Amino acid sequence: MSEPQNSGARNTILSKLRASRDAHPVPPVASDFTVLREKRWDPAERLERIKRLMEAVHTEFIEATEQDWPAVVQDFLAREGARTLLFAPATPDGAALAKGWTANQPELVPYDGEVETFKERLFDGIDAGITSTLGAIAETGSLVLWPTAEEPRLLSLVPHMHLALLRADQLHDTLWQVMTEKGWAAGMPTNALLISGPSKTADIEQTLAYGVHGPKRLVVVIIK
Amino acid sequence: MVESSVNFAKASSAALKDPQLRANFRRAMDGLMSKRAVQFADTAEWNGVRTLAASVRMRALSKLPELLEQLEANCTKNGIQVHWASTTDEANAIVLSIMQRVNAKLVVKGKSMVTEEMHLNAFLEQHGIESLESDLGEYIVQLDEAMPSHIIMPAIHMNTKQIAHLFKQKIKEAEYTEDVAQLTDLARRVLRRKFATADVGMSGVNAAVAQTGTLCLIENEGNGRMCTTVPPVHIAVMGLEKVVEKLEDVPPIISLLPRSATGQPITTYVNMITSPRKPGEKDGPREIHLVILDNGRSNVYADAELRDTLRCIRCGACMNHCPVYTKVGGHAYEAPYPGPIGKILVPQMEGLAKRGEMPHACTMCNACVEICPVKIPIVEIMGRLRAEAVHPGNAVKDAGARGSKAEAMVWKGWSTTYASPTAYRFATALLAKLGNAAPSSLPLLKEWTNVRSKPRFAARTLHDLAREKGIPDV
Ligand code: SF4
Repeated sequence: MSEPQNSGARNTILSKLRASRDAHPVPPVASDFTVLREKRWDPAERLERIKRLMEAVHTEFIEATEQDWPAVVQDFLAREGARTLLFAPATPDGAALAKGWTANQPELVPYDGEVETFKERLFDGIDAGITSTLGAIAETGSLVLWPTAEEPRLLSLVPHMHLALLRADQLHDTLWQVMTEKGWAAGMPTNALLISGPSKTADIEQTLAYGVHGPKRLVVVIIK
Repeated sequence: MVESSVNFAKASSAALKDPQLRANFRRAMDGLMSKRAVQFADTAEWNGVRTLAASVRMRALSKLPELLEQLEANCTKNGIQVHWASTTDEANAIVLSIMQRVNAKLVVKGKSMVTEEMHLNAFLEQHGIESLESDLGEYIVQLDEAMPSHIIMPAIHMNTKQIAHLFKQKIKEAEYTEDVAQLTDLARRVLRRKFATADVGMSGVNAAVAQTGTLCLIENEGNGRMCTTVPPVHIAVMGLEKVVEKLEDVPPIISLLPRSATGQPITTYVNMITSPRKPGEKDGPREIHLVILDNGRSNVYADAELRDTLRCIRCGACMNHCPVYTKVGGHAYEAPYPGPIGKILVPQMEGLAKRGEMPHACTMCNACVEICPVKIPIVEIMGRLRAEAVHPGNAVKDAGARGSKAEAMVWKGWSTTYASPTAYRFATALLAKLGNAAPSSLPLLKEWTNVRSKPRFAARTLHDLAREKGIPDV
């Protein structure tokens, strides 16, 4: 790539900062994370809290089991009149979905090629998308997603409705706990996401409106 | 050459005479303050997280040069290309050269205050590149050819009716409607086409993690995710103070920023980006560039007291709680950052010759200091800048620029009078007799009275009254 790396600016900035810092050093600052460490909820409370917080911002919840969730999702989408569902065929959840799908109604559309090959359809011809999650966070009512090569990033963003599978035994207390306990810092993915509701805005006179650029609806499928 | 100074007094008196504008701000600020208060009802929790977040920011500043180097090294390792810019001109040139290499015609932008500092939209338009704001508020402001009036809610100065007229006038397919859901949906339809076809997506950065080379962005609308995921190239710009040391330093910031800004427990999306599209991945940009901008920040950093300005996480809460901002609105400041943080940051970035008035647009009521989630001593810094403005020194650009002989004489006279009981008694007695007769148009007095009512002098001095009550003179 041919852009100037501007090493002139880099060196000027860094040496100036270093000189200033050394002229007026700040004593080392310690951070006490106790306040985050102590935010705990009873496992039984977590799901209730997640539902309450997420429903307050228009998230919908449906319940299913490990056996019947593909059928529950299919029924739900049929009732809602969705014609197409984008999914990740190469993930275990994607495989289970395809296996449990009957009569291709709504039509299952695999996200199996590079986005450039089907951008138009993605933006104009898809009603819903379904993804897995890495669980949810009780403090703020947030789903945790790490998109992968098999389950791409735009699955949870471009379709008008996003369905997210949440296993009821994968509920955490805070973001801080998830990232420290699971050792995120040792290897961050291309993109890590928290999603706490459907897309929203209050930019017009503080009036909440849902579905401004991302999904208009977020439907969490709780698998118990 | 000294740049001409920006006249806050003039712009604000125009704003004060606009009842619609004042009503729009009053209502919005009242709502934001009460929603924020609900989020921080648990005082112990607020104190705990706030102390933690302040420590995260102070620790980052204590190691700033090392962390920036570490950030650069880790981003580079992850495939993010890092660029450095001392000035906004350099930053614009970097962005333009990337765009020209990929032959970009259309760039979609997520919200970024740094690009406001750069006047990037105007710059790109001059070079024939369409630069489209996609945050709904920013989009509205751009359609209106105006400036954002708040760093979190750019179009807060407008009401629904005004936006309805604007859409009707500026968007081809628009029908007139005052229904917020329909207006939002219209913007959705227009902008989706743009996301799908843009050559480059731009964003700001809320926090950049040195430890992992991760860029964190928070937002509600999903436009930030669109801009950083759909176009083949993503360019992120950040002020050099935005770095934090560790990944675990991000949660305290995310915990406080949305609650302080809009009173919501968290934004809809927290988007952490660590690399461009890897082999096998099906979407995401193939290139990510990070532009690290100084634009005066290293000067701010040079002073041990002023340095605290750089802790700011741009939540905008200080605006929402500022009695001056609420009355005059964001445009009166004619600056990318209005309100309390603007009043201390912009004069340091642009110099006191141009911005010397800003630190005076403050009642020193301390409301901002009480709610600032990272405990910036805003009012102390404000006082310091007032002093810098009249005393030549070398801490702040154009220090001493506002010093005037007349003002220096007044203070000299004041201190002499106050140091001598005889002179003091004589002066107060004189003012009690003649003060009310002095016309407000007198030189010096005029400076005070053209934006305030003239003080009325009591007929008898405090000393007089006290003596009468039997309190002896010292
Ligand atoms: S100064 Fe404090 S309150 Fe104001 S925007 Fe910055 S962090 Fe928020």
